[in-house]
Amino acid sequence: MAHGYTPGLRITDNTIIRKRRRLPLPGSVLVEAGQAVQAEDIVAATELPGNVVTVNIAHELNIPPEEVSRVVVVNEGDHVQAGDLLAEVKALWGIFHSTARSPVEGTVESISDVTGQVLLRGRPLPVQVKAYISGTVVEVFEDEGVTIECHGALVQGIIGLGRETYGELRCLVDAPTEVLTADLVDDDCAGKILVGGSLVTYDTLQAAVAAGASGIVCGGINDTDIDRFLGYPLGVAITGQEDKPLTLVITEGFGRIPMSDRAFGLLRDHEGQRASMNGATQIRAGVIRPEVIVSHQASVSRQAEPLQEPQLAAGQLIRLIREPYFGLLATIVELPEELQMIETESKVRVLKARLEDGRQVVVPRANVELIEV
Amino acid sequence: MVSDDVNVILATDCGSTTTKAILIEKVGDEYRLVVRGEAPTTVEAPYEDVTIGVLNACAEVQELSGRQILEDGALLRPADGRRGVDIYLSTSSAGGGLQIMVVGLVRRMTAESAQRAALGAGAIVMDVLALDDGRLPHQRIERLRELRPDMILLSGGVDGGEQRRVVGMAELVAAANPQARLGAKYKLPVIFAGNVDVRPQIEAVLGSVAELTIVDNLRPTMDRENLGPARAAIQELFLRHVMAQAPGYSKLITWTDADIMPTPAAVGSLIQTVAEDQGINVVGVDIGGATTDVFSVFDGVFNRTVSANLGMSYSVSQVLAETGLDNIVRWVSEQVDRATLGNRIRNKMIRPTTIPQQLEELKVEHALAREALRLAFEQHKLLATGLKGVQQVRDIADAFDQTRAGEESLVDMMALDLLIGSGGVLSHAPRRSQAAMMLIDAFLPEGITDLAVDSIFMMPQLGVLAEVYPQVAAEVFQRDCLVRLGTCIAPVGHMRPGRSCVEVSVKETGQTVSVSAGEIALLKLEPEATYNITAVPARGLDVGAGLGQAVSRSIVGGVVGLIIDARGRPLVLPADEQQRLATVRRWQSALAAYPDLE
Repeated sequence: MAHGYTPGLRITDNTIIRKRRRLPLPGSVLVEAGQAVQAEDIVAATELPGNVVTVNIAHELNIPPEEVSRVVVVNEGDHVQAGDLLAEVKALWGIFHSTARSPVEGTVESISDVTGQVLLRGRPLPVQVKAYISGTVVEVFEDEGVTIECHGALVQGIIGLGRETYGELRCLVDAPTEVLTADLVDDDCAGKILVGGSLVTYDTLQAAVAAGASGIVCGGINDTDIDRFLGYPLGVAITGQEDKPLTLVITEGFGRIPMSDRAFGLLRDHEGQRASMNGATQIRAGVIRPEVIVSHQASVSRQAEPLQEPQLAAGQLIRLIREPYFGLLATIVELPEELQMIETESKVRVLKARLEDGRQVVVPRANVELIEV
Repeated sequence: MVSDDVNVILATDCGSTTTKAILIEKVGDEYRLVVRGEAPTTVEAPYEDVTIGVLNACAEVQELSGRQILEDGALLRPADGRRGVDIYLSTSSAGGGLQIMVVGLVRRMTAESAQRAALGAGAIVMDVLALDDGRLPHQRIERLRELRPDMILLSGGVDGGEQRRVVGMAELVAAANPQARLGAKYKLPVIFAGNVDVRPQIEAVLGSVAELTIVDNLRPTMDRENLGPARAAIQELFLRHVMAQAPGYSKLITWTDADIMPTPAAVGSLIQTVAEDQGINVVGVDIGGATTDVFSVFDGVFNRTVSANLGMSYSVSQVLAETGLDNIVRWVSEQVDRATLGNRIRNKMIRPTTIPQQLEELKVEHALAREALRLAFEQHKLLATGLKGVQQVRDIADAFDQTRAGEESLVDMMALDLLIGSGGVLSHAPRRSQAAMMLIDAFLPEGITDLAVDSIFMMPQLGVLAEVYPQVAAEVFQRDCLVRLGTCIAPVGHMRPGRSCVEVSVKETGQTVSVSAGEIALLKLEPEATYNITAVPARGLDVGAGLGQAVSRSIVGGVVGLIIDARGRPLVLPADEQQRLATVRRWQSALAAYPDLE
């Protein structure tokens, strides 16, 4: 490709972070441009139309649908309580009568003499959008939402689970190579985002849920543990809607893989500070990576690190992301131009790299990821 | 006929991740592919303009071909010597393609016809709502709300038939007031293709809440489907609404000389053209990173299905979840570390652009492809059926036939003439024999079937070209797109272990080979040369002409050769691990599929 690029994850202590916060339906924006907001402040709100319940009047009263409008005692737009009369049929001078009553509280949305149904709509459902990051409102989209901006630290993961959450960062291990075991989780983890090293196990996830932790950030997890925690096999990497009390961000991948020194160091540097976290991941069109964000105080004025297009070059630090070297770090030695045949007999573009143990290896360029230094 | 003025054709396919451009030029009397270029698709932030990716892909075409096709950030037209192009066409599946929700009355009747119409138009069907879908009305409404489709196709009732329930389903749609996926403020397009008698009521119920389009009933009578008008409406709305909302498409639409087609619709159109032109039955498959599309034309009836979550990278974990580790490992000729295989497959999902570096990894990837293809084809066979709910006159011979009318699949592997594979894992397999084996193991062709792969995945561009210049598309398809792998002869019937199943002779070379039950063999033939072959099956076995009947016909040689597959149908692998390993090695060695098995 003429305009190829090497994908990588962003791990930076100081960057400008912008988050667009939009409502699913038009509603009210509750903040103004230039206003400072905290991560958990509500910035926009609306109401989703309530759930719809159908009452088949024709069926209940045993009459043809076209007679329904004659027997209903309510009008479209009326508010009804559960148990209120909707329709009534009297027979034999009123000696016998059958009734249809509302099963729920709501508003009469429509009365159809084609289907013989009355549609009742329940109470509207409130929807609120939080700021998610502490910062400043820099853009307002009328009736739709806002953009919040802050200077902050950002750690992107490779895959996550669960929704947006907040909490104080707490490191439970001393090194990125250490496994986050269940016995490290204590009562003091409640409401916090826990930082582990190379692996988080199913037992640890359960212990963290029991302790009331908000989230966990760790280098790796075994596929069987993630499936067990979810209760079903993770088939497609589109996550974020899981109904779990704990949000999870995995920074490196599946298996036991030490978290990169840079990510671990950065999270440890911010231990004790409040962070925002989101497990939502989408690894196809419209890539979304899970993330942990620590907003810097507004008073701290620092020059943001420039965002650079990653380019492969000799001397750069890379992570190898495919067998037989999966998870290992290396330094690029050479980038030969010509295609080379690899063991599978495919002709691909390769690079030569030196592993941390000194070995020099040749790997397809597609199988490396740049590490920001 | 193609106008004499059309000598240079540029076509792009804007995929979710990559935009691919091809350049076709008239050389003498023939149209030929000149070069292909590609660049990342730029629908997403930070670019949010599909035309940037298109121009980048065209820039690569320009660089590789030496023909100047861009000037001041626009396409240079018409062609003049070594500058410019005469026409430009495009397909698109960027941004997740075309996503449709289907609503009908009965799941296996009108709803199924509607599903076929949507799939044929190139859509991904997000869900099918019907009276017998086992859901309560409020659950259907919740589903409509949460999915946010690009459009809804509403069907139900034959003309002059059911009215009340059709309107009832429309009322559900209105009550849900679903929002479109792209663009928060525009009305969701809804197509009504049901009973003509309820059009006024549908208008009254949906007219104000949706962008309503009414077309002819897609199931006017129980025994007839009329999918054309609904398909046309879907593609028209795709262009007018969905594409218009996607970043940069309003500009791209003004560049193209024909409507932009959804990618799968273009591939389907090409496969239909090929089947029609040659009067053959065709199955085509496109296995991508996220989805697998299967197309079939049997006796002129076209069907398409898309398995939205079966693919080789983004969706590879779903293949594992659906088929299980054992079914994947069974195709690999060496012991696989099962403990780590799950993690390896998941790591491919989260790093989808990586490629196998070791031979064992390649074999695992090919095993996954076999299972993804097999599962996608199973799903296809379930939908590619006759019309259900049709009364049929049955005679005494049918009395013990348990198959219900319309239940049987239209897919008849014995009648299949050509099987075409497309998608990275098939088109870019290091050895063509690997692609041939993947296709045979997954689709299990019967009798005599030609095998081919799409050389560089240009079927989408040729599909949209076929809409304007079918002759040119057919020419380039035959000469530059299709790589003929060869022909597979697979006898079917009761096989006795160790006994010869079929004897195949090639007149021109004098070769004769006899293949025993449980074995597979290869005869090398000169690619593109024509040969007359005779296949004589053993008693009780069929290669297409009936039990024990010989078949003589001509075939065209392919890059792999003539494959004689006497392994039986269905294909059963030994349960014993050591025997299985030995069997898989023997089969893969017979086709010299891998360097360690030659």
